[in-house]
Amino acid sequence: MRPTRSLRLIFACLGLALALLAGPARAQDIPGLIQSMGEASLRELGGIVEELAATGDSAVAPALEALAEGDLYVNEADGRVVIVTRNRMYDPVTQEEIGPAADADLSRIRINNSLRRDVAAAIGGLTLMSDNPSVRLSAARSMRANPSEENLALLDEALAAETDATVRGAMETAHAVTVLSLADTSIEDKRAAVPVVAQNAGREAITILNSALGSAPDALAADIRSAIAGLEQERAIWAALQNVWFGVSLGSVLLLAAIGLAITFGVMGVINMAHGEMVMLGAYTTFVVQDVIRRNAPELFDYSLAIALPLAFLITALIGIAIERGVIRWLYGRALETLLATWGLSLILQQTVRSIFGPTNRQVGNPSWMSGSFEFYGLAITWNRFWIVIFAIAVFAALLVVLNRTSLGLQMRAVTQNRRMASAMGIRTPFVDAMTFGLGSGIAGLAGVALSQIDNVSPNLGQGYIIDSFMVVVFGGVGNLWGTLVGALTLGVANKFLEPYAGAVLGKILILVLIILFIQRRPRGLFALKGRAVES
Amino acid sequence: MITQALLRALDKKAIWLVAILLALAVAVPAANLLIPAGQPGHVPTYIVTLFGKYLTYAMLALALDLVWGYCGILSLGHGAFFALGGYAMGMYLMRQIGTRGVYAHPTLPDFMVFLNWRELPWYWQGFDQFWFACLMIVLVPGLLAFVFGFFAFRSRVTGVYLSIITQAMTFALLLAFFRNDMGFGGNNGLTDFKDILGQPVQAATTRGALFAASAIALALSVLVCSMIVNSKLGKVMVAVRDAESRTRFLGYRVEYVKLFAFTVSAIMAGIAGALYVPQVGIINPGEFEPANSIEVVIWTAVGGRGTIVGPIIGAVLVNMGKSYFTGALPELWLFALGALFIFVTLFLPKGIVGLLGQWRDMTARREQAPAAPPPPAQAAVAAERGEDPATLGDVQPKPAE
Repeated sequence: MRPTRSLRLIFACLGLALALLAGPARAQDIPGLIQSMGEASLRELGGIVEELAATGDSAVAPALEALAEGDLYVNEADGRVVIVTRNRMYDPVTQEEIGPAADADLSRIRINNSLRRDVAAAIGGLTLMSDNPSVRLSAARSMRANPSEENLALLDEALAAETDATVRGAMETAHAVTVLSLADTSIEDKRAAVPVVAQNAGREAITILNSALGSAPDALAADIRSAIAGLEQERAIWAALQNVWFGVSLGSVLLLAAIGLAITFGVMGVINMAHGEMVMLGAYTTFVVQDVIRRNAPELFDYSLAIALPLAFLITALIGIAIERGVIRWLYGRALETLLATWGLSLILQQTVRSIFGPTNRQVGNPSWMSGSFEFYGLAITWNRFWIVIFAIAVFAALLVVLNRTSLGLQMRAVTQNRRMASAMGIRTPFVDAMTFGLGSGIAGLAGVALSQIDNVSPNLGQGYIIDSFMVVVFGGVGNLWGTLVGALTLGVANKFLEPYAGAVLGKILILVLIILFIQRRPRGLFALKGRAVES
Repeated sequence: MITQALLRALDKKAIWLVAILLALAVAVPAANLLIPAGQPGHVPTYIVTLFGKYLTYAMLALALDLVWGYCGILSLGHGAFFALGGYAMGMYLMRQIGTRGVYAHPTLPDFMVFLNWRELPWYWQGFDQFWFACLMIVLVPGLLAFVFGFFAFRSRVTGVYLSIITQAMTFALLLAFFRNDMGFGGNNGLTDFKDILGQPVQAATTRGALFAASAIALALSVLVCSMIVNSKLGKVMVAVRDAESRTRFLGYRVEYVKLFAFTVSAIMAGIAGALYVPQVGIINPGEFEPANSIEVVIWTAVGGRGTIVGPIIGAVLVNMGKSYFTGALPELWLFALGALFIFVTLFLPKGIVGLLGQWRDMTARREQAPAAPPPPAQAAVAAERGEDPATLGDVQPKPAE
């Protein structure tokens, strides 16, 4: 059974009960009034609706609802007014089935929009006394949307009897909104209504208050203005929080892209220009994994990222180690030349991917648990951004553990601080270098898997991030993961806060200029290494 | 004193180079204009323009060499100075179009009319005068380099940090020039030029003149660079490159030395850009791409940094290769360029010129003492012994960077 049908039944029972209570005089009017709608003109129809609403009897609700929905017909054969749903005719008052609609000659009772609003308000008033709390709630909400003088009394009446807190709140709000939007309510009432509206009316509160402000006397206007100011401040705070979230989200992406770079730069003093290409390779690994899954086992699609993560790490780490052993090893102590050689590598990697996968964007899908969004108080948060923030935190934590709790991490830190002393203590620095480069590249691969979820997977993917990543590393300083974290988050949030004022491009330019200026103050970044190691 | 410096500058190599360039400046346009097409010795106009472009690239590479090869500053943003000079020239050329544009507006360039601009922005004023444009070609890149360098060198931003922020500088300019609101034509840049100094830019005579101008400008740059590196200041620059701290402790103001080299180099790059634009007929924000600036570095490295002739050879050779590859095998060009980066840094740290020098030394030594084998490269030996090559840098004076 459809809910409207069950509602109608409830109304019918209610109507019966109320009719018994209210006395016979009214009950007799209702069928007659409804029947008179059959021949009424549009204007007369308005009067009849008002009269029906004035009965206060919920038995008229089904007929009014049908009228609003265009389900109220006149049977031309006997002139009787009927409700038609699903090809069956029903009596508008008793809801008894009369017969199939197919063979009857029916003509619809037409209404216009202004009448439809009246009808809706009338129904709201009637259903306000329903036994079902959700019906009462929706009635209160519809009254809030269509304030009219008649509702006030109804709402007062309903409020007196209401026990459910939620419904009560909605009714109070509707009452307050009505009080504010009517011209002839007293100033005291209106003054009392202002805070209620401000608190409960949500996003429309400012609109409602603003329209009330137009006609308000001076005494009230001050109240309304301060309420609006309060609301706007609140809205600004939420907007700021939303910006912070966007910034954190951007920052986490930057963190993922930059942290591998920071490790290799910190330990080896090597700027890896091919780092962006490692990110790109990670994204393409995701694409390949998803492609294989789509062809062979579509049911595994939701796990595609879980499969792609270790693969991407392994592939990029191995390529990283190969690069270190093959090229970078020969260039230690010549940082600027390493930069050029890795730039050459990045060109080759890009062109290789372009030759294999084509120059166009590749489609990487979101698993079901990463698509869509959710609301967190006033914040709209998309799931993919949310998971990327979580992922970035996880990668960061894992790296901290690796650096601080494993022997490789210990060796890496030792080499960062003093390469020759570490070497003298028996640490195989070439091995540490290779592992560090592999680790940094592997993390770039992981970043690629994450970025494939929010960015276009194309051979140029890495290029877009490389300069930002450099900025993060330069800003945060090397040899300290926390510097990278702070750098990435600061840049992300600053970027998002500048965007609304300066536009996306100008915001970015400002950030670059600010970093260039910042470097003047602290040439070694925010968290610089101290001591003699710095100069070497 | 200046004649002295000039005399010192004109060592044998520089004289040869300047002479060759000046000869080219006369011979190539002459071969294009005086020898009719089809006859042996005729140089087609497109070749004149192409090599004119290469000459401006060579000038840019030479400018980079002055800071990188002689002063140890690896700038990854020299393309920005080149492009700024180019934009200054482009603005002059735009103002020369006058009413011949699509919208036939007497003062506003087409793109401004298209964007509903009412009047010329203040920074476009004066560019209808050639002398003013020339002034700006020198001033704008020079001033940017001076301010940028002043702050960077004063706070001792060195090495890769400096490279990265120069890259950030050109990236920021790239983003800025892409914006339509900047008033430099946005994405499309400045193009559709008609006249330069009253001569149509497309005409063969103008092309020849531009080629000659590029060759002469390059010759002058060679002279200036040669003068600088052969002076006392040049010696200090090399000292800064090889041991910056030591030079500072000896009492030299390292930051001013660097600032001087950086600014002169930026001005040279700006002039190169200004000569480049009328020859290719367009300037757009793509010239600010960080990738372009890095490519300049590889021209210099291929030819041989720390020499005057090296960057010129490198720029011309690499760009000839580029023209050939992008025409014949476009897929392979990036592979070739990438491989070139790796090959040169690994096996040709001194470039082609260095290789020639090595080869000459070897033959000379063989004639003197055939028994002594040439010492193998230090890093390779160390790596074979299982030592950490990175530690080597501290033991010896650092290799040139």
